[in-house]
Amino acid sequence: MQSIPRRTFIGAAAAFAVFPAFGPDAWAQARDRLVLGMSLEPPVLDPNKNAAAAIREITYQNIFESLARIDRTGAIVPGLAESWTISPDGLVYTFKLRQGVKFHDGETLDASVVKFAIDRLFAADSTVPAKSLYTDIASVDTVDPSTVKITLKTPNSYLLYNIALCDAAIQHPKSASTNDKHPIGTGAFLFKERKEGDSITLVKAPTYRDAASIKLNTVIFKVVKDPSAQVSALLAGDVDTFPGFQAPELVERLKKDPRFAVVVGTTGGEVILATNNGKKPFDNLKVRQAMAHAINRAELIDAESGFGIPIGSHFAPHSKAYIDLTQTYPLDIAKGKALLAEAGYPNGFEASLKLPPVGYAQRAGEVLANQLGKIGIKVAITQLQWPQWLSEVFKERNYDLTIVAHTEANDIDRYARDGYYWNYNSPEFKAKWREVVAATDFARRDELLKDCQRIIARDAVNGYLYQLAKIGVWKKELVGMWENSPTTATDLTGVSWKG
Amino acid sequence: MLEFLSRRFAAALVTLVLATVVVFAVVEVLPGDPALVMLGIDARPDTLAALRAKHGFDQPVLLRYLRWIGGLLSFDLGNSHAYGTPVAKLIGDRLAVTLPLGVLALSWALLVAIPLGVFAAWKHGTAGDWGVMGFTQIGISIPNFWFGIVLVLVFAVTWQVFPSGGFPGWRQDLPGSIKALILPALSLSLGEIAILTRVTRSAMLDTLREDYIRTAKAKGAPEHIVLFHHALRNAMIPVTTVAGLIAGFLVAGAVIIESVFRLPGVGQLVYDSINNRDLIVIKNVVILFTILVLAVNLLVDLTYALLDPRPRVAT
Repeated sequence: MQSIPRRTFIGAAAAFAVFPAFGPDAWAQARDRLVLGMSLEPPVLDPNKNAAAAIREITYQNIFESLARIDRTGAIVPGLAESWTISPDGLVYTFKLRQGVKFHDGETLDASVVKFAIDRLFAADSTVPAKSLYTDIASVDTVDPSTVKITLKTPNSYLLYNIALCDAAIQHPKSASTNDKHPIGTGAFLFKERKEGDSITLVKAPTYRDAASIKLNTVIFKVVKDPSAQVSALLAGDVDTFPGFQAPELVERLKKDPRFAVVVGTTGGEVILATNNGKKPFDNLKVRQAMAHAINRAELIDAESGFGIPIGSHFAPHSKAYIDLTQTYPLDIAKGKALLAEAGYPNGFEASLKLPPVGYAQRAGEVLANQLGKIGIKVAITQLQWPQWLSEVFKERNYDLTIVAHTEANDIDRYARDGYYWNYNSPEFKAKWREVVAATDFARRDELLKDCQRIIARDAVNGYLYQLAKIGVWKKELVGMWENSPTTATDLTGVSWKG
Repeated sequence: MLEFLSRRFAAALVTLVLATVVVFAVVEVLPGDPALVMLGIDARPDTLAALRAKHGFDQPVLLRYLRWIGGLLSFDLGNSHAYGTPVAKLIGDRLAVTLPLGVLALSWALLVAIPLGVFAAWKHGTAGDWGVMGFTQIGISIPNFWFGIVLVLVFAVTWQVFPSGGFPGWRQDLPGSIKALILPALSLSLGEIAILTRVTRSAMLDTLREDYIRTAKAKGAPEHIVLFHHALRNAMIPVTTVAGLIAGFLVAGAVIIESVFRLPGVGQLVYDSINNRDLIVIKNVVILFTILVLAVNLLVDLTYALLDPRPRVAT
């Protein structure tokens, strides 16, 4: 994530206040060309080389496709595989591949290509960032040129989801090693050029199996990091859309402009007050409960200019298995103080809050420090750069408290991991999670997931704050953009200009 | 003259060698693991180790330093870990934006500041002087990124005579590229104009009090000859010094201005490389700028020598 100095925000807000609504109507826009703005630049364009979200935002479904795909509602639907069957024991997945699929360089998709692409995800010497999602695969076998069989070591009810991710994109052995610079996939758009630091251009792929359904001929992803520059780029007509606009405090300005639609959707990002459960005094349940009673979510969401949905556990409100647990420890300062006293801290204690350089954490940090201060916890804020946060907080677990959004979907599994940075160790949760992973019946899995949410809410493992909103801004004539962000993607296969 | 310059050159060389040690040390102690940044929070320890080995992050410090220096001497800057692109190409592409931006901003600053400063000194104590001083006060106080945003709102959003940002590329669109640098150069130069105007004014005021100016006036030299021929030439020495220093500050200012105007320049490259912990890019860019600043300082010394013969013998 980018760190933009706070004064830039204030400066930008002030500048936009001085120059209120104006700007001529957008000139006639070419109807098959789309310019998208994005806040972060992808270092490379191969999801198997780097974990950056920006890679997935550009390539998923547009350049690369996986066997299954995650659609705009978050459902898993056929992708390069037109159908699949799962054996009753949940160990064998058989995928039937779509016919006539071509890569942008003319190569044909067949079972051997799929085997190559999946094999390298979990190979012993693999440096794929998401390797851990695929290590329970025992083998990938080609049954015939259009059938692939994936056999698991143990049942994993998330296998299909993981296979549908951009991380499991089907890459061809011929182009795999150069996909970081010049990605070649099976998707609707082919990579044309990249101007580093500026833009990435895709054009409609003639090899695409359903080319007639694709309405856009040219798609330009433009990198615009500074929030005020994002607003200027939209107002000046240089950019048609920001699918993920990063500065909630500047949204009002755009809402007033009749040219733009501002669409607020959901993301998979739970913003939490991550707590080091392995460190005194946070290893004491009463202390964590006291903190939970001190958290005022309404105030925190106000700091986000009203964007965000309160959460009481580590689960996205748009998920089917979601339950509202925000009232597990309702806002109650007196109770919080009493619990702290019971835990042996009648006068509170001092704690450090290490913040990563992202907008929401910066905004929530001061507010939370003040809220925890009301029950006697004196919070000292430290600012960290992102790589520092990764090393110091995430890897070395050298912290008391931090604020961060966990943006991966289905990431409640982190509570079952040994040595994860929260230092939460609950045999009860681990057993429950094993049941979730092994469940082959999805209705049963949803019930188990609800239990998981209840356990971590009850244990107040972390402070559960709110779900990050996806603020999409686009020209009103643009249709088909995703309102929500069920996975990290900017799927343009269904996007077109009205009229 | 030659001895003076060669002594300066040797000093610059020593500075450069010391700079490589400092830069390497600072980059090495930067907290953060580049492999972890590349692979993200779900990476397994074995994957991280494999990537570290691949990029040689696990080698001894001295070996890594010597390899870097060896690369520098043979003009092989290596490959960026994050982008996978040769560092030399990465920096070259970005310099093609930042250098013209800096030169444009500095030229514009000199072009405006020197006449303004001379004017203020000439009209010392009058309304004109106060007007110029008021302007410089504003110029110093306004943050240049804010000025940049205002320029965008006026010239790109309202009047639409300039782009709101971005850079089309010299080869693709030459007039467009020049146009893309005008607003950024204007905002970058605002603070520099203010500082240079003040320096010029006070240097001119000092010079104008000198006896030889009185002599020049007494012998009946016209006012513009006195101002520009007799006074300005001597006043230029401190102005040149400050202009040289400012060249360094322009690079720092470019980081923010490039962000406001979405220019793919070196400032943005450094910023991104620090965030990506792309150590090899950081090291090389910083050394490159050290060389650049040293070169500017040498140039300043050379200009002194041309403006004023005394340093040639004195130092």
